[in-house]
Amino acid sequence: MKTLRRLMRDRSALLGLVIVAVLVLAALFAYPLATFPQDVTSYDPPHRLLPPGATYWLGTDRMGGDIYSRLLFGARITIMIAVVATTFAVLIGVPVGLVAGYYTNRVSDLLMRISDVFLAVPQIVLAIAIAQTLGPAIQNVILALSITYWPFWARLVYAETRSLRNEVFIEAAVALGASPLRVMALHVLPSIASSVIVRTTIGMGGTILVAAALGFLGLGPPPPTPEWGRMIAESRAFLPQAWWYAAAPGVAILLVVMGFNLLGDGLRDVLDPRLRRGGADGR
Amino acid sequence: MPPTLFGLVLIVFAVSHVVPSDPARVMAGENAPAEQVAALRHQYGLDLPLPYQFVRYVRDVASGNMGTSLFTQRPVAEDLWARLPATLELALYAIVFAVVFGVPLGVVAALRRNSWLDHVVRIVTVSGLAMAAFWLAILLQLLFSMWLGLTPVQGRIDGWGPDPITGFYTIDAVLRGDWETLGGALRHLALPVATLALPAMATIVRFTRAGVLNVMSSNFVFYQGAMGIPRRRVVWKYILRSALIGTLTQIGLIFGNLIAGAVVVETVFDWPGLGSFAVSSILQSDYNAIMSFTLFVGVVFILVNLLVDIAQAVLDPRSR
Repeated sequence: MKTLRRLMRDRSALLGLVIVAVLVLAALFAYPLATFPQDVTSYDPPHRLLPPGATYWLGTDRMGGDIYSRLLFGARITIMIAVVATTFAVLIGVPVGLVAGYYTNRVSDLLMRISDVFLAVPQIVLAIAIAQTLGPAIQNVILALSITYWPFWARLVYAETRSLRNEVFIEAAVALGASPLRVMALHVLPSIASSVIVRTTIGMGGTILVAAALGFLGLGPPPPTPEWGRMIAESRAFLPQAWWYAAAPGVAILLVVMGFNLLGDGLRDVLDPRLRRGGADGR
Repeated sequence: MPPTLFGLVLIVFAVSHVVPSDPARVMAGENAPAEQVAALRHQYGLDLPLPYQFVRYVRDVASGNMGTSLFTQRPVAEDLWARLPATLELALYAIVFAVVFGVPLGVVAALRRNSWLDHVVRIVTVSGLAMAAFWLAILLQLLFSMWLGLTPVQGRIDGWGPDPITGFYTIDAVLRGDWETLGGALRHLALPVATLALPAMATIVRFTRAGVLNVMSSNFVFYQGAMGIPRRRVVWKYILRSALIGTLTQIGLIFGNLIAGAVVVETVFDWPGLGSFAVSSILQSDYNAIMSFTLFVGVVFILVNLLVDIAQAVLDPRSR
């Protein structure tokens, strides 16, 4: 509660929180909020490529679909990809980092070596290779993102666990006979939870960007799924006339990623004073 | 570094040979006749046991043979080398641009903390980091090329590029004294460089600003002020030097982002570099090409990080 109140006092973090909340609500209530919910999957050629107006708030696309309605349903895809992929990445990365950081043996070296390999290529490049191999589908995008994203958490948790390893309270727990699993789960994990939460929030934004890029390249869920990246790719054939077609999904991506980034920055300041780099963001 | 490279080869091999149930089928296409698939399988040694295939793959890659592009029918390594200068030219200009504008902006934003300038810089950096690169590219294209007609929509040059010396069109044009080509090359560079530079600049501004704020409150700055060293000299010489160490560690990461950004940005601008090569390979399911691209980028990335480590050791005596 105290955390929330401190977060609310921070204007840009509050803005981030509001944006993320709006995204979630838009995804949940996409059906009642949409002005033309049937337009998401069906075609309406007579009304194609209309500019924004009273009937079609954000204009229509090449199939006559209402862009506003499609954006709302696209929010579902975006959230699903981001949440599921990030969750998998956290579920793999955090245990790997904990184990590698807690023990100092061959296994921990090996685990960190493996995550180094993944970090040796920009995430999107590897994700493209994997998504291309598996074929364009939403579950493959999620898989490609999870496989390439977990090392970020592994690295973070590894570093934090290593530095905690020499703390007195950990030593005390070990001396009292706590099993390694108990120490990791009940003593190390709670202490590093805040940095994991911050990294995860900012990571959501990153995941959304990479997912949109995959969609843009044609590796995302196949049409007529209203995936934001794919919508931008489709719009290119109708520029410069149908500018709204390209603008609307891009603004949606921008706002959502910005929301997660601002929220993450705010959380960092509130949860983890150590990471506050001299008031790095004008607060 | 060698174990990382080996691991990378292993991953790329796994993605290309183990994950797909039938790589030959993917290469031949959905509707290819069974005999053709079988012939491909034999031709590429895909009917051999996996460990054997892996050893062969490592041997080939180690000797610089990355296979033949299924589409251009040329060795992939040759294609990649031919396209490397185009991407490097883009990435280098973007990084120079990002540093030249990003570092001073970061310093000024830190010095005038919470001024209107700081807020503007902050809005620009926050949105620069949240923007999808391909979307920014399309927006710039729409605005500057299609509506205002100031820059070319696509491509690297009109007609033929200058005779290659370095492969960088701008440098080659200067070396040959061909000013008209130089102008054309620069006009073509403007939008893709701007697209790539914005997120890079945003990162640099953030880290420089944080670094400067951090150093500003340290004892040695206070001391230098007390000693009467001019403020300007303290800021631009001593503070900046310490503050830039944090920024420098980010350069490796920024470079990775540039390459990643290039993949989509080159596609939008039809830039004949590595990124558009990768995307057209994807669209044509050109296995060898896409895997070699991954490997190639990995190697470049590892080398850049090595350079960053060296530069850091030069700049920061503590890390030696």
